[in-house]
Amino acid sequence: MNPDVLVLVEHLRGEVADISYVMLAAARALARGTGGRVIALLLGHQAQELARDLAADHVWYLDHPALAEFTSDAYQRALTPLLREQRPRAALLGDTSIGAEVAGVLSARLDWPLVSRCRSVGADDGRLRFTSQICGGKVMAEGDLPGPTALVAMVPGGFRPDAGRSQQPPPVTPMEAPALEGLRVSLRRYIEPEAGDVDIAKEPLLVAVGRGIQNQDNLGLAEDLAAVLGAVVCGSRPVVDQGWLPTTRLVGRSGKRVRPKVYLALGISGAPEHVEAITDSEAIIAVNTDPAAPIFAVARYGAVADMLDLLPALTAQVQQAKGG
Amino acid sequence: MHIVVPVKLVPDLVEELVMDESGAALDASAVRLVLSEFDDHAIEQAILLKERSGGQVTVVAPAVEGADEVLYTAAAKGADRLVRLTNDFERGMNNHGLARALAEVLKTLQPDLVLTGVQAHDDLDGSLGPLLAEYCGMPYVGYVAGLALAEGKAVARKEYPGGLAAEMEITLPAVLGIQAAERPPRYVAVSKVRQAMKTATIAETRVAGLEPGGGPAITRLFLPEAGRQAVMIEGSVEEIAARLVAIFKELGLL
Repeated sequence: MNPDVLVLVEHLRGEVADISYVMLAAARALARGTGGRVIALLLGHQAQELARDLAADHVWYLDHPALAEFTSDAYQRALTPLLREQRPRAALLGDTSIGAEVAGVLSARLDWPLVSRCRSVGADDGRLRFTSQICGGKVMAEGDLPGPTALVAMVPGGFRPDAGRSQQPPPVTPMEAPALEGLRVSLRRYIEPEAGDVDIAKEPLLVAVGRGIQNQDNLGLAEDLAAVLGAVVCGSRPVVDQGWLPTTRLVGRSGKRVRPKVYLALGISGAPEHVEAITDSEAIIAVNTDPAAPIFAVARYGAVADMLDLLPALTAQVQQAKGG
Repeated sequence: MHIVVPVKLVPDLVEELVMDESGAALDASAVRLVLSEFDDHAIEQAILLKERSGGQVTVVAPAVEGADEVLYTAAAKGADRLVRLTNDFERGMNNHGLARALAEVLKTLQPDLVLTGVQAHDDLDGSLGPLLAEYCGMPYVGYVAGLALAEGKAVARKEYPGGLAAEMEITLPAVLGIQAAERPPRYVAVSKVRQAMKTATIAETRVAGLEPGGGPAITRLFLPEAGRQAVMIEGSVEEIAARLVAIFKELGLL
C-alpha cells in the first residue's frame, strides 16, 4: 500500500487559497501516522511558481492549457489516471467551490470512500482518525478514516494555514497531463465582485444580522444600532438570499471574509460557512435565542436573547452612554 | 426540457439534537425531518426555468416522514410530476447509496437537467450532486446561483469566495448543485398545498440497494461545547444591553 498523502492545491486567478495550506498541515498529521510523504498536486498552466511556499515533500505539477482555470471536468479527468495509479492512503481536497466539485465525482468514479466536512485528521495508535462538522456546526462526527484509500474533503478550522507554508521551496516534478478533449464544462468568463458603497472586509465595526431578523422591516432596528455605534450592517446568507441586504454585505464562504475589531452577530446561528469568514475578528459578540447555537463556540461574549427585543434597548443605552 | 429535482429531508436544526444509545447517530425518534434548504432553492430554480422557457419539472423524494408534504408543496409551487422512492429508509442511507438508487430512476425519467441543492447539512460522504452526476455519466457544476438554458447547454453562474463568480458553460444533460435560486423560494399557502393533495398524484418507485458503501463509519457523534469560549451574559434584555454597553466601552468603541 502507498502510505503517501496527496493534497489537491486549490488556486484561483494566480493565488493559492488558504484551504490548500490548511490541507498541507492536515496531510502532515496523517503522514506522520502512515510514514509516507506529503505530495501536493498542482494543476494549472504556466503556474509552477504557485508551488514556492507549499509545505510538501514533493509537488507534482500537471501543466495543460485546459487547466489554466478551474473547471470540474478538466480537473477530474486530469486527476483520475494519476490517483488510480498512485492509490495513496489519502487524498485531500477542499470542501469548497473547487474541491467539492471534484471529490464526489472521483469517489464515484474510482469507487473510493469519501469523508466530507472534515475539520481535523490525525494518527492515534496506528489508527487514522477524522472529525467532521455537520448539522450547521452543531454536531461533530468522529471515525476511522476508511480505507484502503480515502478521499477527504476538508473545511478550515482544525489546522492553521501558517502550518502549511514553507520558507523552503519544495522540489517540483512536472508530470504529463492526460489528453483533455471533448470537455463538457468550460469557463466563459469571470464576473467580478460588485463594488459596494462600503467594503465590509475593511470595516472595523460590523453589526451582522442572520435569520433571527425574521423580515425586512426589522432591518431598521439593526441600522439604528449601527448608526449610533458608527458601524456597518452586514448579514449571513439567508438575509442576502432574501434580497434584504445587497450581496456586497454578505459575510461567508461565497461572500466576504471580515476582520473587524468587533463583530456583533445577531440572530446568526454560526453555520461553518459563516464562521470560517469571521474567525479573524478581534472580538465576536453573539446574541441568539438558541443556547446551542454554534456561534457561541467562537464568540468572546454571548447572550441568549431575541435580537428583536434586545436591539431597541441596546440602541437606546448606547445613545445614552454617548450622550452622557 | 425535463428538469428533475431530487430532494433530501434532513433533521430540523431548530429542534434540540439528541444522540441515540449508540452515541454514533442522532436519535431518530427525536428528530423532525424537513426539506433541506438548498433543495428548496433547487425546486425554486427549476420552477423559474419552467416559467421562463417551458418544460416539465419532476421532484423526487425518498419516502421518509414528511416526504409527501414536501412533494405536494412542490406541486403547489408548479412541479408537474412527483415521485416517491420506497425502500427501508428508516435504516438510514448515505448520499452514495441514495445517488446509486437515483441513478437507476433517472434512466427512466430521462432528464435534460438535474438540479440538486449544492449541499445538505448532514452530508458526511460528499454532497448528492457530484455523486449522482458521475453515476449517470453527466457533468457536474456546483455552487450555482443563476442559470440560463440555450441549445443543449446550461450557462451557470458559479460562486467563488469573496463575491467572485464564474460563468460556466455546461453541456446537457448535466447535474447542477444550486447554492441559491435567482429569487427566494416562493411561499405557498397551506390551502394550495391541500388542494395539491387532492389533485396531484405521487408515483411510487421502489429502489434497490442503498448499500452504505462509499462513506465513512461514525464511531462517535457529539455536540461541540457551545459557549466553551464565550462569557455568557445573563439577565433581562435591559441588563444584557447594559453589560454590552460596558463591553463596548472596554473594547474602546464608546
